[in-house]
Amino acid sequence: MKPSKIRPRIKDDEYAMFGPGGAAAATALERREFLKLAGGGLVVFFAAGEGLEGQAGGQRGQGYPDDPNAYLKVGADGRVTCLTGKIEMGQGTITALAMMLAEELDVPLALIDMVMGDTALCPYDAGTFGSRSIKYFGPPMRQAAAEARGVLVRMASARLGTPEDALATKDGAVYLARSPSKKVSYADLIGGKRIEVRLEKKPAIKPISKHTVSGKPTLRIDAREKVTGEAKFAGDIRLPGMLYAAIVRPPAHGAELKSADTAAAEKVPGVRIVRDGDLVAALHEKPDIAAQALALIEAEFEPSDSKLDNATIFAHIKEVSANPDVVVETGNLDEGAKLATKTIERSYFAQYVAHAPSEPHTAVVRVEGDKAEVWASTQSPFRAQQEIARTLGLPPESVRVRTPFVGGGFGGKNAGGQIVEAARLAKAAGKPVQVAWTRKEEFFYDTFRPAAVYDVRSGLDAAGKIVLWDYRNYQAGSRSSQPVYDIPHKRVLAYGGGFGGGGSVRVHPFGTGAWRGPGSNTNIFATESHIDITAEAAGMDPLAFRLANLADARMKRIAQAAADKFGRTFAKAPTGHGYGVAITDYLGTYVATMAEVEVDKTRGAVRVLRVVCAQDSGEVINPEGTRMQIEGCITMGLGYCLSEEIRFANGRVFDENYDSYTVPRMSWLPKLEVVLVDNPDLAPQGVGEPAITVMGAVIANAIHDAIGVRMFMLPMTPARIREALKQGTG
Amino acid sequence: MERTVRFKLNGKEVAVETAPERMLLWVLRADLAHTGTKYGCGEGYCGFCTVLVDGRPERSCQFPLAKAEGKSVMTIEGLAKGGRLHPLQQAFVDHGAFQCGYCTPGMILVAYALLLRKPDPTEAEIADALEGNICRCGTYARVIAAVRQGSRAMTTKAADKVADHEAL
Repeated sequence: MKPSKIRPRIKDDEYAMFGPGGAAAATALERREFLKLAGGGLVVFFAAGEGLEGQAGGQRGQGYPDDPNAYLKVGADGRVTCLTGKIEMGQGTITALAMMLAEELDVPLALIDMVMGDTALCPYDAGTFGSRSIKYFGPPMRQAAAEARGVLVRMASARLGTPEDALATKDGAVYLARSPSKKVSYADLIGGKRIEVRLEKKPAIKPISKHTVSGKPTLRIDAREKVTGEAKFAGDIRLPGMLYAAIVRPPAHGAELKSADTAAAEKVPGVRIVRDGDLVAALHEKPDIAAQALALIEAEFEPSDSKLDNATIFAHIKEVSANPDVVVETGNLDEGAKLATKTIERSYFAQYVAHAPSEPHTAVVRVEGDKAEVWASTQSPFRAQQEIARTLGLPPESVRVRTPFVGGGFGGKNAGGQIVEAARLAKAAGKPVQVAWTRKEEFFYDTFRPAAVYDVRSGLDAAGKIVLWDYRNYQAGSRSSQPVYDIPHKRVLAYGGGFGGGGSVRVHPFGTGAWRGPGSNTNIFATESHIDITAEAAGMDPLAFRLANLADARMKRIAQAAADKFGRTFAKAPTGHGYGVAITDYLGTYVATMAEVEVDKTRGAVRVLRVVCAQDSGEVINPEGTRMQIEGCITMGLGYCLSEEIRFANGRVFDENYDSYTVPRMSWLPKLEVVLVDNPDLAPQGVGEPAITVMGAVIANAIHDAIGVRMFMLPMTPARIREALKQGTG
Repeated sequence: MERTVRFKLNGKEVAVETAPERMLLWVLRADLAHTGTKYGCGEGYCGFCTVLVDGRPERSCQFPLAKAEGKSVMTIEGLAKGGRLHPLQQAFVDHGAFQCGYCTPGMILVAYALLLRKPDPTEAEIADALEGNICRCGTYARVIAAVRQGSRAMTTKAADKVADHEAL
């Protein structure tokens, strides 16, 4: 099949209607008015989403409303439009959602248009995170598509004078099952008519056995634009009169601006200096000249009052963390301790990690009268709409946020500081303004994965069964903090609110937030490292110990699938070459990963040679897309295992670019093997994050297998490995 | 001091009236509306802004416009011909060798320069050539597979090869 002519976000016809000339009028339009203007077609309204639970830590009101808020449209030309508040940042939802629609409606994939992340056109959505797009938006959309198909069949039945059950659908047409040449296309059925359907009941959807698109490996529909440079990101938006901003920045977090002498910068031809409170910027129609002018601004700042650094942060975190949430409590810890013949107690630590998306945070804002238009690299366009409305003192419906392609997010683009800056500057300047953070700004204003501490105590009985699990984490968050093992006496406590830091107490010296598999990466590092230590105390092989302590048959199956593919057994003694295993249940997706590493003991350097990942995410919509996500998780995950950490002191962030902040490069690439474990009876689960969450643990465990020392802190840098070898930590 | 700087951009003569010490990246993006070339780090570490100057990969964020004077600059926009993807681009499509796509223009151009110089590189040579190009989404394995396919396609299609050289 030819790649789809995909028109993400901003459709050509919509451009014609609302493009640069008539843009201000566009924001006044209600979504449904837009649909009326959009001409004939069959529109199915449906309620999409996961109700009020779940999103963003379960804040009520952040989920989808219950009324039919979403829709898809079969146009008079037979093209099908999917309108979704989700955005595309590389995770491939643009393709998987289109596949689900194409499948259920029996139209070629090339006839699906995706409109994503446009607050004027798309249904409300809390944001694209948590591996939730397919899991929660997909199924109701699929039902809406089934309903649309049902309506078209009814129409064809009347048109052809044939009972509905004698009809079938294929390639965007309804045909007579026993005489396929007798057919009528969806486009012909709709003609110029306007048909609106509200999805009330849940129509039956196709059984998986009948699928011809969904479940088949499919190339990305945004491929052509991305290999030709045509794909537009927020920084590629050009508006008439637009100025680029270069903003005065403090040397440290917590350092307040005292004064800014802009006299020299003002002399640069074409430069405009804008001040809006503490926001001081040089604007110019060329971004590099704005930056040159910025360099001429002499700004003075108060010193930061932060006294924290990489060494003192952990004691601070424990000191300020109070009032834990009880994530799970079963049995009785004292009882478990009595049953235990051995107890093992250890602490684990994780440093701050940056998202470092390829595209830094970028936004373009145009304010005209009482309307604002925003183009932003964001994972949360509707949240941005609210923020910009507050910033500019406008009602939210007067703010339209469009989301072009996003160049990676990983949780970091839930926060939209750059959008607010662009809005303030655009308002102050009376011109459209683009704010594109430099890499240094990106490393300074990122919402880092929080540093955290984990205290773990486990107990074993004489038979090698885990009978006690006492787990406390400080500021990591609760996700994936529950052990997947069958343990009679266990308690898991989470101190502090997790991704964003805790309540009224200032925990972190800078912004923190969700980082791909938030909470889970480091909770699983602590948990699955500790399981290995416990296995060693039991005198058992790490894999056999896990299988013996699991009750969950699905988890056993996935662990065995990884082990079968890996095909190696653990060494009896350290040889410099080692294997590791780690497993998890990430929000319903099961992952088991095994890895092979080589450790150079002199340098402390780890080379990951091979990673096998088995994953069960229920029904798989796009096996190719799922593999891409798993491979990406493994490759990206090597960074937080081995090198990535933010070095900081007294509010300063020392890592400012990719020279010192080391992300995985081509030479790091291990052999990757992915096993998709078939489980079509389970509804589709998320795939964007699960496989990255086990990486810390699997590499730590493999390092231990290789050199006999245990790493208790992420990342496991050469210096830390050399130190551990010196100390002989086991 | 502003002056007119002339060079060939994707086979066409262009003249830019600007300060010649400005970096090529910003001239391409802001003055010439060639936004396929991406900013990534501003210091040459990431490779997103790579363009070819007389067939050699250069970091356009570190490459003053003056150095491009009289030379042939190729950006990602110059690779497809007449709406038809270059075999290397097609290989990136076929292997799904990208996710967010932000690093892709630089990745493809470095690979393209490698294949012009060395039509049948080993995996190690591909990895070595692309070591300076970060992909945060972690698609390196697919990029290597794509470059190998692109290599086979380029070496078997003589016509394309000629066209490739003409573009420079």
